[in-house]
This record gives sequence, C-alpha cells and structure tokens, in this order.
Amino acid sequence: MGFEQIIFYLLSAVLLASAVSMVTVRNPVYAALFLILAFFNSAALWVMLEAEFLGVVLILVYVGAVMVLFLFVIMMLDINIDVMREGFIKYLPVGLLVAVVVAAEMVMVLTNKSLHIPKPTPQPADYNNTEVLGEQLYTYYVYPFEIAAVILLVAIIAAITLTHRKRPPSTKSQNPSDQVKVKSTDRVRIVKMKSESTGGD
Amino acid sequence: MNYSVATPEIFLLAATCGLLLLDLFLEKSNRFVTYVMAQVVLISTILLIVTRLSEPNSEAFNGMFVADQMASLLKISVLVIIMGVFVYSRDYLGKRSMFKGEFYTLGLFATLGMLIMISANTMLVIYLGLELMSLALYALVAFRRDDGRASEAAMKYFVLGAIASGLLLYGMSILYGLSGSIDLHGVATYVANENVMQNVVLLFGLTFIIAGLGFKFGAVPFHMWVPDVYQGAPTAVTMLIGTAPKLAVFAITIRLLVEGMEFGAAGWQQMLILLAVLSLIVGNIVAIAQTNIKRMLAYSTISHMGFILMGILSANEQGYSAAMFYAITYAITSLGGFAIIILLSREGFEAEELTDLKGLNDRHPWYAFMMLLFMFAMAGIPPLVGFYAKLAVLQAVLEANLLWLAIVAVVMSVIGAFYYLRAVKYMYFDKAKDEAPLEAHLGFTSLLSINGLLMLALGIFPGLLMGVCVEAVRMSLAT
Repeated sequence: MGFEQIIFYLLSAVLLASAVSMVTVRNPVYAALFLILAFFNSAALWVMLEAEFLGVVLILVYVGAVMVLFLFVIMMLDINIDVMREGFIKYLPVGLLVAVVVAAEMVMVLTNKSLHIPKPTPQPADYNNTEVLGEQLYTYYVYPFEIAAVILLVAIIAAITLTHRKRPPSTKSQNPSDQVKVKSTDRVRIVKMKSESTGGD
Repeated sequence: MNYSVATPEIFLLAATCGLLLLDLFLEKSNRFVTYVMAQVVLISTILLIVTRLSEPNSEAFNGMFVADQMASLLKISVLVIIMGVFVYSRDYLGKRSMFKGEFYTLGLFATLGMLIMISANTMLVIYLGLELMSLALYALVAFRRDDGRASEAAMKYFVLGAIASGLLLYGMSILYGLSGSIDLHGVATYVANENVMQNVVLLFGLTFIIAGLGFKFGAVPFHMWVPDVYQGAPTAVTMLIGTAPKLAVFAITIRLLVEGMEFGAAGWQQMLILLAVLSLIVGNIVAIAQTNIKRMLAYSTISHMGFILMGILSANEQGYSAAMFYAITYAITSLGGFAIIILLSREGFEAEELTDLKGLNDRHPWYAFMMLLFMFAMAGIPPLVGFYAKLAVLQAVLEANLLWLAIVAVVMSVIGAFYYLRAVKYMYFDKAKDEAPLEAHLGFTSLLSINGLLMLALGIFPGLLMGVCVEAVRMSLAT
C-alpha cells in the first residue's frame, strides 16, 4: 500500500465517521460541525483526484457560506430534538434491516470484476484544472449548465412564494429612500419672530 | 451549433422569464393579464413546434438535445394539457386567493422541465429536466401554505421525490462507470456488446434506474406518495400533477430503457412485469375501498400506470406506440375527471368525497354525462377511448408472448370497473344531498364539453392518433 492509498483510506474513514456522526449526534450544532468536517474530507479527496478547483470551491461555498448560514439558523431556532427523534427506535429495526441488505448487495456487486475502470494517467504539473473545467462547462456542456441555472431560478421563486408574507399594517418600519431624501427643512422649522425680550432695567 | 432545433424551449424559457417580470408590475386586479399571457406563451410554443414538424430527426447542443417525431407529439400533448389545466383552474384559484402570478410562472417552468425531459438525449439532461419539473411541482403542492394538509403533502412529495431522484442518479452513475459515457448512444453501444443477464453490475445499475422511474410513475411498490399528494394538494395542482408529468416520465423511460438499453430488454422486462402486475392489483383493489374521490383517482392512476408499463415491457414497437397512445389519452381523460371535481367545489367547499357526486344528473345533466364519459373511458368501456387504449396494449403484450400478463390485466380491469361504475351510479340513481347551483365560466364549460366528446371521438376513430403514435415511435427509434 503506497503513501497515496494510506492518505486516501484515512480521509475516507474520517469522512464516513463524520457523516455517520452527523446523522446520529444529539446536538444539532455538533451535527452541523460534523458536516463541515465531512466537507473538508471530501474536498481533500477531490484534491487527491487532481480536481483542485472543485475542492477549493467546496470549501469556499459550502463551508464558508452555506454551513455558516446553517449554523446561524440552527442557533436561532429552538429545535426540540426529542420530538424529532420520536419513532426513531420504533422504525430502527426495519430501517437497519433494509440498510444492511442494500449495503450487502452493493458490496457483492461493486467488488465485481466488470466494474474495472483503468487508472487515469496523472496530468503534468502545469495542467490548469480550472481553465479546462470552465471551458468545458461554457462550451460543450452549455445546455445542462443553462438548465441548472433555470433550476436555481425556480428555487428562488419557490422559496419566495412559500415564505414571503405581507407585513401586517401595524408594523412600524423605516423607509430608507424617504430617509435619504429628507431635507433639513422637513425636520427643523425656523420661525422668524421678534425678540420678546424687553431689555434689562 | 444548431440552436434553432431547440427554438420552442428557448422561447418558452425567455417568455416565462418575461412573464415573471411583467407580473411584478401588475396590480392585483389585473392578474388576469398574467393568465392570458401564460396561455399566449403556451400557444406560441405549440406553434413553434408545429412549424418544425416536417423536419427530420435532428440533434443539438453536442447531441444532448434531440428533436424527433416522438418528442414533437409528446410536447404538443403536454402543452395542450397544461393549457387545459390553466383554463380549468382559473376560477378555482380565484376563489381561494391562489390566483397569483407565481402559479403560472411555476407552472410554465414545470412545463419547460417536461419539454427538456422529452427531448433529452443524455442522462445528465434527463436528470436536470426531471429536477426542474419536480422542483416547480413541489412548490405548487405547497402553494396554499396555511393549509396543513397541503404542506404535509408537499413535504412527503419532496422527500420521496428527492429519494427517487437519488436512486435514478445512482443508477445513472453506475451506467456511466460501466460505459464511460453519459450519452445515451454511448450507453447503447456498451449495452449492445454485453449480455445483460450475465453482467451483475449492469443489472444493479438498471435496478436503481427502474426504481427511480417507478417512483416518478407512481408504480407499486413505489406508489406511497401518490394518494397522499393527490389528496393533500389543491385540486388545481393535483390536476397538473396527475396529467402532463406522466407523459414526460413516459418519454424519459423510453429514452433510457429503449433508446439507451434496448439490447438489455431481457433485464428490464422482468422488473417492469413485476411493477406492472403489482400496480394493476394494488391500484384497482385498493381504489374500491376509497371514499375520497381524489384518493380513488390516485389509485386509479396507479393502475393505469401499470397498463402503460405493460406497453413498454412488451419491448416491441407496437407496445411502445400503444403505451404512448395510452399515456396521452389517459392524461386527457384524467384532466376531464379532475375538472369535474373542480366544478363541484365552490367558495368555502371542497368536493372531496365520492358522495358529493350524488344526484349530479338532477343538478346538471350535461356535466353528469361528461363525467359518465370520463369514468367509462377510464374503465375501458367501448366505444370510449379507454377501451381501444387497453386493447392496443393487450395486443402488444400478446405479441410478446405474455398471455398470463394479459389475463391478469383484463381481470384487474374488470375489478376496476366497479369503482368507476359506482361513481356513475351515485350520479344517476341517488338523490342529491347538495343542491347548490354549479357555476362555471363559458371557457370552462366549452372546454369540458370538447374534452368529454374527445373521449367519444377518439374512441370511435382511434386510428388517427394511433397512426401518429406508431409513426412517431417508428421514426424516433429508426435512427
């Protein structure tokens, strides 16, 4: 077993362990942190496959942006984990049975010889992963790429439709454009009047 | 690159985005404009497809998009059905404060997803089209967000739909791992040189693909979501889910199994036989026990999906065209059936129970007659279209030497006729318990009449549509 393989198995083991912990751990904040660990490990696996760009993007987008938002949401919501876990024990035997059967079948099939993919040859050191990916994505795969963009648009529309509510009229709020447009004359009224002081004696 | 092949899709996307913007600037009282524009967009898309009808099969976007006869026929059917859904649902939405621009934009995006699925020529595009359609449909099910049942239905639909997409994607990844190609031609070349019954990994991938497709069809044992979603969703959305998407799923099934893995038919035929037989049995028998009309129609859908699968599993051109004929005519019949449920509902009252049909003949004989046509068409009673559709499928099954399967299908259809006839009995022989007048705008009534008479016309002259289906399948599979 070469050094590369040792690294691969190490990363994969941590990845699997953190994925399992993410599902089973009681505290949702820990779960989110385990998910971050899983993302870091899969990013490392991608880097090992010479897909450096994807690895970097995974960390930047998922760990840097998505998971931070996730943590915010988890901390702001009061999630009662016991209610969520109701029925977990009840369905556990069936779920476990199905999982074991499927896993056993998958092991039997996927260790089969016919899934024999030749080992790819490593690219030279100056090979630019990002450039190739970008070129493929915007030329050869432009059609799927555009469809993916439409899916994101639909996701935005759906999210807004399902969550946007008109504020009740009793809500007091500021209108920034009105605030910006305001002039000093709207706020302060200068009244010219005669001095009422009658002077000292 | 030959972009012009995909003109209808490109137009639909651009027009829907335009409609999305237009809707923002409309007052609430002018929402009708959004509705009219949505219909104009659909008609224009149909016209764009019709102008390309005579052109030969062509591919675009590096072979990821294919325009052939089958695609054109299914696309036109999908667009016409969506137009019907919009007409039927207009008043229903208006009375429930759901008459919003988002209903139409999401509906059009779902339509775009269906068109993409129908024209897909690689596994990647099949998956993306499916996701586009499903995502819009999930949101539509949850459209009435203060309704607990609709939210529950949306949640179930979303979770099970996501699992189904995952299964499909996993199967596709195995196929990719084996053949080294996401292109259906590449997969076909690989499968042609393999013995599918000996190649365990290929069978393994195929199993996941069939399971994913089974979920999307709603075939037993992947049918759990169908009754709950049909019942929980607002009827207008149920009508959308229960009609056009079936055509799109039919298209990707043909593309994946027939165009991609025709030489693996020995493998998928047996799996589909299992799904078809179970769907026929469970769908027809459980439907008898239903008192809720939407649940009854859901189980009826499951049994009809069994028939469509039977056509596909015959693995001959006759079977594919019979299945296509069945899918198109079933979608039209089902559209009419849901229209009657919408008609029976009014402000503050949802027609849900079978008993709401009681005395429909006394209340409005013409609507009752239309419902009679839809029910008889679903049951497969001649001279309505359902009879001919079932006959064509059975002929194809016999052609494939599966006599026992044909017998099971016939027996189950006879059992299924019970609950369709029960609905007819309620309409004609029972006293009405609800005397409220049935109101509908002119467009609704005229479309309903056309829809009902189409059942009769297609049943008496099935040759026209059947001829088109046969020609489309022959032309598409010839390349």
